[in-house]
Amino acid sequence: MGEASRISRYIYTVLTLFVIWLFLTSSFDPQEVAIGAIFALIVGALTYEVFTERGLGNLSPKRVLYFIAYIPYFLWAMIKANLDVAYRVLHPKRPINPGIVECKTVLTNNVGKLALANSITLTPGTITLDVKGNRYFIHWIDVKDESVEGASEKITKPFEKFLKVIFE
Amino acid sequence: MSIASLIGQVLVLIGAFFYVVSALGLIRMPDVYNRMQTATKSATLGSLGVIIGAGIWAIGEVGSYSWIPKTLVIAIFLLLTNPISAHALIRAAYRSGVPLWEGSVVDKYKEAEKSLERVEGIKGNLEEALEEGEKDE
Repeated sequence: MGEASRISRYIYTVLTLFVIWLFLTSSFDPQEVAIGAIFALIVGALTYEVFTERGLGNLSPKRVLYFIAYIPYFLWAMIKANLDVAYRVLHPKRPINPGIVECKTVLTNNVGKLALANSITLTPGTITLDVKGNRYFIHWIDVKDESVEGASEKITKPFEKFLKVIFE
Repeated sequence: MSIASLIGQVLVLIGAFFYVVSALGLIRMPDVYNRMQTATKSATLGSLGVIIGAGIWAIGEVGSYSWIPKTLVIAIFLLLTNPISAHALIRAAYRSGVPLWEGSVVDKYKEAEKSLERVEGIKGNLEEALEEGEKDE
């Protein structure tokens, strides 16, 4: 996956900034939209080099569709995680069985790895401790499988099928 | 009372419940790592519930739709930054030597660090040997 052209990266950065501006002001007054566009152009010119590597390639329909499908999936995993935490905290015996396990991932892209680490942190009973290459060290509150393969099967696999399409 | 304010109030209530669970978890959990688990997860979903709930509540109560996009932006920023800060904190805790709870089952990270140290040690020895060899020549 090579880098996209500078123009495409620049346009993508400006678009993102402009959408955030529209959300923050939440008004379509032409004066505000115009000043937002100007600031998006300036800030985009200063920051597009660190912001994105792929430019407009991020907006391909397949990626956007998978991303939209990922949102409810992720929110549901998050709600499950919180009910799980509530159960462990409120249960009088405090049923925890913690440990640090290792997982492997098939993702190679840095942004994809960040998204996977964030997803792991917010889902049932796991929190990312460190990432080294393609090895994830994860603190698991209820260790069910100590081996690398078993833990990957339970922790990283469910997200990878979405994140592979979105970020690779 | 409109439906929008009812939904908003329920969301804020759920968020507040998860805040309480998160605070209780800080007291009940035995070590830093398990406390981080409850604190990050429940506080994140609790904040989402309260923030978006306030946005929806405003539709029914104030009659203004301009709260929703702002609360959405705040919620997304929270959702993106909270796990990263949790990760930074827990990694810093491990690096500064905070021990795991005695009931913990495995510590794969320590094993990995040890094997890494062994590799580094061998590399260091090799480099020293090479340098000495060069001096001898």
